[in-house]
Amino acid sequence: MTETERHDYDVVVIGAGGSGLRAAIAAHESGARTAIVCKSLLGKAHTVMAEGGIAAAMANVWSEDNWQVHFRDTMRGGKMLNNWRMAQLHAQEAPERVWELEEWGALFDRTDEGKISQRDFGGHRYARLAHVGDRTGLEMIRTLQQRAVDLGIDVFMECTITRLLLDGGRISGAFGYWRETGSLVTFHAPAVILATGGIGKSFQVTSNSWEYTGDGHAMALWAGASLINMEFVQFHPTGMVWPPSVKGILITESVRGEGGVLRNSEGKRFMFDYIPEFFKAETADNEAEADAWYADHINNRRPPELLPRDEVARAINSEIKAGRGSPHGGVFLDIASRRTPEDIKRRLPSMYHQFKELGDVDITKEPMEVAPTCHYVMGGVEVDADTQSSVVDGLYAVGEVSGGMHGSNRLGGNSLGDLLVFGKRAGEHAAEYVAHLPARPAVKESDVDAAADEALAPFTNPGGENPYTVMHDLQEHMQSLVGIIRRGDELERALTEIERLKARAKDVSVRGTGRGYNPGWHTALDLRAMLTVSECIARAALERTESRGGHTRDDYPSTDPQWGTVNLVVTEKRGNVQLDRKPLPVMPDDLKTLFEESR
Amino acid sequence: MGHDLNLRVWRGDASGGDFVSYVVPVEEGEVVLDAIHRLQAEQAPDLAVRWNCKAGKCGSCSAEINGKPRLMCMTRLSTFDPAETITVTPMRTFPVIRDLVTDVSFNFEKAREVPAFAPAGSNSGGTFRMAQLDVERGQEFRKCIECFLCQNTCHVIRDHEENKPAFAGPRFFIRYAELDMHPLDTLDRRQMAQESEGLGYCNITKCCTEVCPEGIHITDNGIIPLKERVVDTKYDPVFLGLRIGRRKDRRVVGPAGGSGPSPIKRPGGVAVGTRPPAPAAVPAVVQVPPAARVADTNVLERPAAVPAREPVSAVETASAKPVDKLKTALPAVGATAGIGFLAWALRRARSARK
Repeated sequence: MTETERHDYDVVVIGAGGSGLRAAIAAHESGARTAIVCKSLLGKAHTVMAEGGIAAAMANVWSEDNWQVHFRDTMRGGKMLNNWRMAQLHAQEAPERVWELEEWGALFDRTDEGKISQRDFGGHRYARLAHVGDRTGLEMIRTLQQRAVDLGIDVFMECTITRLLLDGGRISGAFGYWRETGSLVTFHAPAVILATGGIGKSFQVTSNSWEYTGDGHAMALWAGASLINMEFVQFHPTGMVWPPSVKGILITESVRGEGGVLRNSEGKRFMFDYIPEFFKAETADNEAEADAWYADHINNRRPPELLPRDEVARAINSEIKAGRGSPHGGVFLDIASRRTPEDIKRRLPSMYHQFKELGDVDITKEPMEVAPTCHYVMGGVEVDADTQSSVVDGLYAVGEVSGGMHGSNRLGGNSLGDLLVFGKRAGEHAAEYVAHLPARPAVKESDVDAAADEALAPFTNPGGENPYTVMHDLQEHMQSLVGIIRRGDELERALTEIERLKARAKDVSVRGTGRGYNPGWHTALDLRAMLTVSECIARAALERTESRGGHTRDDYPSTDPQWGTVNLVVTEKRGNVQLDRKPLPVMPDDLKTLFEESR
Repeated sequence: MGHDLNLRVWRGDASGGDFVSYVVPVEEGEVVLDAIHRLQAEQAPDLAVRWNCKAGKCGSCSAEINGKPRLMCMTRLSTFDPAETITVTPMRTFPVIRDLVTDVSFNFEKAREVPAFAPAGSNSGGTFRMAQLDVERGQEFRKCIECFLCQNTCHVIRDHEENKPAFAGPRFFIRYAELDMHPLDTLDRRQMAQESEGLGYCNITKCCTEVCPEGIHITDNGIIPLKERVVDTKYDPVFLGLRIGRRKDRRVVGPAGGSGPSPIKRPGGVAVGTRPPAPAAVPAVVQVPPAARVADTNVLERPAAVPAREPVSAVETASAKPVDKLKTALPAVGATAGIGFLAWALRRARSARK
């Protein structure tokens, strides 16, 4: 029997970003003994990087807005591949979740009437994003963090979970290690909520931090859960490109929401050339109308710069490939000629600061250089829309690690709402599940032993490869072969490379003085999840022979209506990734009527 | 255009350590964290460093660079001479875990003591109304990314482990200021900020403001107004010593958090103590080696200014017993009120000139 620290809880939440904190608050308030386990310090999770805002149809700025319009925007942004029920719940409940944050101390920007101000964003028909300058994610995580601390919820910081534990197909706990000491820890808990975020660290150019290694996706798969929509990875249109060390760092969509436009090296607003048929009716086709829209949304159509992210990212990619890019291989994002320096500094303070400090660029005077960066994975654990429960009893997933809500492409601002709406639901349902369990599932000691052996294996491998080299090679292959534009032969090559990398990852070894805060060891362990998730993405991307949302096939450039009713479901059988096609849940007729109007 | 950077990094753990010199190839436009990452990937895979966003938004990669408290991700190498050796040490006010990683749980314990925002009613349906002008004051403090550089540089607790139990530090003074300025809050935390969180220890040397990577005016906009409002609860501004009524709309509260085990868990299944133990015999903090201390004389690059203002002596010499400390700290209120008034008068004069 392995000596590990033991803890007993009703609900263990893995991850302390927006969704994890919201889920933990809900579970605690429902009476469950709850713990939050997170890889970083409390308050550092990736939610702090969210800049633009929380999409919620509060109708504070445009009284015409309501949940039906938000629901329709979300479904169309996801190219109708979304789980309709999740999109509906999200649109209906997001306003109340935002108001709740205010009750817990959040200070959003205000309208003249003293209500929460709302800003424009890509794909949203009305100004809908509750925001705090361009640091909304920080406001959200701090508010939730302060709420969780006030409630006295137990927090295990800098503690990494590596395996979920099962008892006859039900969750019985989770296993992990403390980063600080490298000592092992076992949580006995009948319900686990995965809130582990995304997978972006598998790509070279990404806005994501080291934490985004797909732990939750992989652990769910290993525990018998299914993943859906894994082929859909969002490349945010605007990442920094220069200097090289900041390549990929996010530039908020708010720059375009506040009036910023994209230009190529010829100075042309090229987005007018890339308006797809699907969005023609609601997009302005000339600069005059596009510019008039900011003041009058009713009589003008939206500028093409505010098309959904997949469209804008592809357009930028095409301009660069056609040789009309900027000096450092991007395009120009210009707010300087569109708004006064005072407005820019007030509405986009952290962008101003970021470019000034890291790029020596004054965005009130000159345009930014931007190019797409890996930002978000739409795919994730397949869950029940109302409860966020996976197919494994006691296993819940929420936020970026869950799948379905965003279909093939997520609209900006819908992620923060997603975290809150489904965080609360997951927490409540997990607590209810535990309360009604006839008997608590038991942790099997043999599983703990196996998990411990697996975690410590990199130490028993003297003379093996440096884990950083393997990670670097994986990122390079994913970027070049499974990136923003994909091809069948390249995806096949990616799968071959991933097999090779898997073999290399088995042999990596850890150098250094021990288990205490040893990043080489952490990287060695992260590789397993990164490789599993990368394989799922490449397999699903190869299977879907069409282009839709965040999945673009050079060899199948059009959207195929037949694929529009199918989810690709990934499971693991005896260590092998398996793909199945599953029909999309069918939307009820009363919701279908929302899509009949033309604009 | 790249070059070879001479990098000196403190390596060690709770039992001790030393500086190790490295030569790291670096590229144009890189920051200190890039150099540390390359070092980690190519030469020292077990080099411990905390980081997340690499964009100055999460406040994880705090350290002391050539003795100056900075975020590693926001310190560009181009601000140094290419021939210069860059020395990176962990934050000194917190115990070292390993290499550049310190145990910052002090801050999470202080966070527990903050009584949370308590509005009068529910906001269901979005009934709250606040003016932009009113929320902006609090928003400045909510820009805080909790890098804890202000805590690290504050001389009340830097090298004064004995002050930690009774001092929350600048990060939390702006939290108290934020809540005090919230238009819809119903609690009055001014007394507790003074009496149990140690606001009186601060003698507004503004070191915290200087190191804040978010440019928050910690002292001018947070601590000084808070001190002034604390004084309001104690003394009539004209007839010193005469108590005037408290704010009628707010309920006076003491520290939150309770006395049970801390919910912030540490390895070994042991919760962090509710309060750090008083330094009776053994100092709890791991001392950073003398070499790091030498570098520290450059802190803030303003050696003249720091000694120029003597700390309030009553506070400095306060005994380790918290109760005595409170007693000795209280007379300092008059002094700090005076300083607060002077600062206010100076600001008035300066703005009048404009």
